[in-house]
Amino acid sequence: MKHTTPKATRHVNQNEGLIFEKSSPGKAAWKLAPLDVPEVDTSKLLGSSERRDLGNMPEVSEIEIIRHFTRLSTWNYAIDLGMYPLGSCTMKYNPRVNEAVARVEGIANGHPYQPERISQGALQIFKTLSECLIEITGMDAITLQPAAGAHGEMTGLLMVRAYHHAQGRPRKKILIPDSAHGTNPATAAMVDYAVENLKSDSRGMVDIAALAAQMNEDVAALMLTNPNTLGVFEQDIHRIADILHAKGGLLYMDGANMNALVGKVRPGDFGVDVMHLNLHKTFSTPHGGGGPGSGPVAIKKILEPFLPTPVVVTKPDGTLGFEYNRPQSVGRVRAFYGNFGMFVRALAYIQANGPDGLRQTTEDAVLNANYIRKGLEGTYDLPYSTPTMHEVVFSDKLQARKGVRTMDIAKRLIDYGFHPYTTAFPLIVPGALMIEPTESESKEEMDLFVEAMKSIADEVEEDPQTVLDAPHSTRVSRLDETAAARKPVLRWKPAV
Amino acid sequence: MRYLPKSPADREAMLKAIGLRSVDDLFAPIPAEYRLTRDLKVPRQMAESEIVDYFRQRSRENGEGYTSFLGAGAYFHYRPVIIDSLISRGEFLTAYTPYQAEISQGTLQSIFEFQTMICELTGMEVANASMYDGSTAAAEAVMMAVRLTGRRSVVVARSLHPEYREVLATYATHQGMPLSVAGFGKDGRVNLAELENSITPETACVLIQSPNFFGTIEDVKATAEIAHRHGAMLVVSIAEAVSLGIVEPPREADVIAMEAQSFGVPLGFGGPYCGVIATREKYVRQMPGRLVGQTVDKQGKRGFVLTLATREQHIRREKATSNICTNQALVALMVNIFMTVYGKVGLRELAKQNMAKTAYAAGQFAKHGKVLFGDAPRFNEFVVETSEDPHAINSRLLGHKIVGGLPLKKFYPELGNAALWCCTELTTRISIDTAVGVVAENEGSEPSPREEAGVVEVAR
Repeated sequence: MKHTTPKATRHVNQNEGLIFEKSSPGKAAWKLAPLDVPEVDTSKLLGSSERRDLGNMPEVSEIEIIRHFTRLSTWNYAIDLGMYPLGSCTMKYNPRVNEAVARVEGIANGHPYQPERISQGALQIFKTLSECLIEITGMDAITLQPAAGAHGEMTGLLMVRAYHHAQGRPRKKILIPDSAHGTNPATAAMVDYAVENLKSDSRGMVDIAALAAQMNEDVAALMLTNPNTLGVFEQDIHRIADILHAKGGLLYMDGANMNALVGKVRPGDFGVDVMHLNLHKTFSTPHGGGGPGSGPVAIKKILEPFLPTPVVVTKPDGTLGFEYNRPQSVGRVRAFYGNFGMFVRALAYIQANGPDGLRQTTEDAVLNANYIRKGLEGTYDLPYSTPTMHEVVFSDKLQARKGVRTMDIAKRLIDYGFHPYTTAFPLIVPGALMIEPTESESKEEMDLFVEAMKSIADEVEEDPQTVLDAPHSTRVSRLDETAAARKPVLRWKPAV
Repeated sequence: MRYLPKSPADREAMLKAIGLRSVDDLFAPIPAEYRLTRDLKVPRQMAESEIVDYFRQRSRENGEGYTSFLGAGAYFHYRPVIIDSLISRGEFLTAYTPYQAEISQGTLQSIFEFQTMICELTGMEVANASMYDGSTAAAEAVMMAVRLTGRRSVVVARSLHPEYREVLATYATHQGMPLSVAGFGKDGRVNLAELENSITPETACVLIQSPNFFGTIEDVKATAEIAHRHGAMLVVSIAEAVSLGIVEPPREADVIAMEAQSFGVPLGFGGPYCGVIATREKYVRQMPGRLVGQTVDKQGKRGFVLTLATREQHIRREKATSNICTNQALVALMVNIFMTVYGKVGLRELAKQNMAKTAYAAGQFAKHGKVLFGDAPRFNEFVVETSEDPHAINSRLLGHKIVGGLPLKKFYPELGNAALWCCTELTTRISIDTAVGVVAENEGSEPSPREEAGVVEVAR
């Protein structure tokens, strides 16, 4: 291993067992205040419903818990440590003021059923964020209720379904390009639509002729990601919209890649009828190891009657409130009103940016992706030469000749101090390396990334085994996923 | 813009390296007629101090400083401070889904511990981590039962959280899943005779909640016997997780759909919360959501990975068990830390305090209003029927900076002037006495000396 990196150095980190392995009777990390009401006899109150035993729940002290989770945390890579170029995931900086304002008392402790007259603060946040997102997308109305992107997709398609039903012409299927996220077809199936695949053309865009041929009165909508998962803007977007609209279909946009567009172009202006946003991508709310997210759905006027209940409205007395009486609504998709804590963070992000900051953010995100493309072109195969927006997709074609695949390169990147890019997606690129730097990376960090990727390409030529065996510097080496799936061990059990 | 790490010179240099003259060239692929040539109409760029001020102001308009007796699926319990200390570590907060296991062992091990503790508490064999919330977990659990039984219809208890029922209806409509509802009896529990009559050979599952929406603990065993006798599964929703410290878990259930918000998650005006599905090992391959499994690395060292991903959308696309991708991982971590802090003994003591406060409050309210459903055990909620409209009572309570119980007329017109009250370990005797005093103002019965003391305190 002659290649080294200036990005990272190995250092000691702590071993730590499972919390259950530290437990022993009599240790405690809790203390309750003395009761100011009489004690109760729970056996008498509960009878046979009383629980006698809490099994193997742990008993540990506070310092042990602090060390336990702090040690675990040091085993994670994170945006806070460095570039996290997962394509389609938009791993941007998560501003800390977002976290601070989400913890202000009335915001953190507001109960969803408290009277509207003492909920005006929360309702104002709903209203202001909604107005911002409507303006950013160029749409007419919005629901903030869906809890994540895929949940937003479901909500959007439910509205599409309700719309066609109200027109008296229920439809059967959804068109989905072969480059789409897996959530798109899974969502269509959940709302009982058949899925029909749509081929991409040689530029990686929707094949207009194929679309025109496949479009008919059975098609409820096309689900399109724009820019698509190749990071390519669908240049014929207006023709796509026209083809759909001419036959009464709707254009659904998966807004996962909205970070390429904010402040530069608005989906509502190029023919989109319904779209979701990912506040945990474009609007900087933290991914938190997999969630929470938030997936607002913005729509055109024609879909407004079908919005989930409740909807925030201004009442005659000027105060804000929830409106429940919406007979054509698709209903609720979640209890209460959505992931409110994420609304707070997203609004704080918009305020910190303003119109100029949002535009500059988008420009930097696109600039960064193009800079990486330029840096790695020639070293890695670029299957589509179409202009890049916020992410760039290479393939492992050149390295595969030495038996090294995208996942191997990704694992080796870990030794260089980076989180890998997205591997093996989109499906239309065999052996894909999908790289999205976001706006949060400096020129220096990206220079290090390009250098690392080039160094790995050299290693593939000189010493492919080093790459195939990577990572070499992590606390665990490659894990046996097949064994994990064959005989699943999904919980700890005490040794017998 | 303070989040962007580039100087104008950096941008120049990068454009030059790419071979472009201006940033506009980067956006050339977007047809000119659609390009936005004006500023977005969003608030101007604000300083951090202004942002903090803005949200402090909103907080003051949002019930700051009120004492609340609301529960109904969202509970105000104490959150140990170490929860926020630990989840604020950037390595947890700013990491993605742990697909790259070698640099995600922290998240993966903590999820494995979460799955273990949920199993211990629910009496189930496997648990996922996580679903969006209790309502969508319930809907997905029902869809899971539909796949497992090959049957299509569902019987739902009317004592299930009304908004959970609405969510299930939304999910079920387009799945062609007929729903029927079984009412509740005088003890507030699901009417078992009616439930049994609603079951048909097409019933995939029965869905109940325990403790139910009224805080009443259902007879899970009897419900399970009925469901199983007809070849249907039993799905039990748990909305108040703290109950698991003292209430026997629904071990007879086939699937448990849980809302874990009570375990250290802020009320946050309704979200983000933490749904969980737990079930039997034999059903795991029809379970939605992410699962972490234990395995070994090349040197035989213990490690953890995401597993059984062939159930999931990114592999199976339209044939997946669910479309769920992003979940509630960081919230699950809060829940995990909370469960670790209270543990085997603390959770029981915490649950007992909830019961003591609730028993006291119900006893006091019973002197002035009618406490319904007293014949079955309850956890930390109870229903009070008054002669006065509870909205009017609540208006007066707001004057004392108290948010009274949830008026139930909107969800259960048949219950008339009833409201759902909740007490947790944080509810003080003084606030209970004050609230009882305000309720008593327009009720007929004679307040006992103790309540008078409460009223006097208010008058001061």
